[in-house]
Amino acid sequence: MSTQIRPAPVRKSLFVNTSQDHAFEVFTTGMGRWWPKSHKLGEAELDRQIIEPKEGGRWYQRNLDSSTCEIGTVAAWEPPARVLLIWQLNAQWTFDPELQTEVEVRFTPEGSGTRVELEHRNLERLGETAEGFREAIDAPGGWGGLLELYAEEAAR
Amino acid sequence: MANANRVFAALTDPPRRAVFERLRDGPRAVGEIARGLPVTRPAVSQHLKVLKEAGLVDDRSEGTRRIYQIDPKGLGAMRAWLDQFWDSALSAFAAEVERSAKEEKK
Repeated sequence: MSTQIRPAPVRKSLFVNTSQDHAFEVFTTGMGRWWPKSHKLGEAELDRQIIEPKEGGRWYQRNLDSSTCEIGTVAAWEPPARVLLIWQLNAQWTFDPELQTEVEVRFTPEGSGTRVELEHRNLERLGETAEGFREAIDAPGGWGGLLELYAEEAAR
Repeated sequence: MANANRVFAALTDPPRRAVFERLRDGPRAVGEIARGLPVTRPAVSQHLKVLKEAGLVDDRSEGTRRIYQIDPKGLGAMRAWLDQFWDSALSAFAAEVERSAKEEKK
């Protein structure tokens, strides 16, 4: 089967009733206050997610035992309008330095609030590390054993 | 997790699983998939629709035919999973925006 499957980007748009500055601030430096706790990395107790507020900054998870887990990097830092993050978590929900998918988030004033638009793209690159798909079974908050069934079928 | 449930549901229904298995050897049109299966062609189409929604198969047009294939790397499932992830993450984000905006006003 030679067809290359290119999944469409995941796109989300939502309106928040707050200023552009505040929306940007909560999304980036405040990420640790809203990122789903069910989606932490590794085994250690989660402290919070951190985005270093600069281009080239790290995007990582800090744990209570002060260890860290990388999530990705900051490719563009344009407060309060836009941030471009490089998401480097693979299908196993672990950091893969070879993997680069992009998460672009735009904040645009709209009426009394702010429109937040998120695009997670280059998802076909997840396939380049797709060994992971078969092994993604134990990923915390991830695929779950149910997908094993599918992985087996697809591999036959 | 909604998407895993969807994938699970898509594959645990035996007739639908049979449809999925017909694609294991390569891409096929609906008619070819239906051949030899004890279900009607509309039923096969319905199963394919569910499999597609679960991100397990993909389709394309070839003339008047629709060709289905297994997504070998599970990208569709991965995409659906990320789609769900961002839905829940962004609703948590919106809730935090509201909460902290109220706090600021105090």
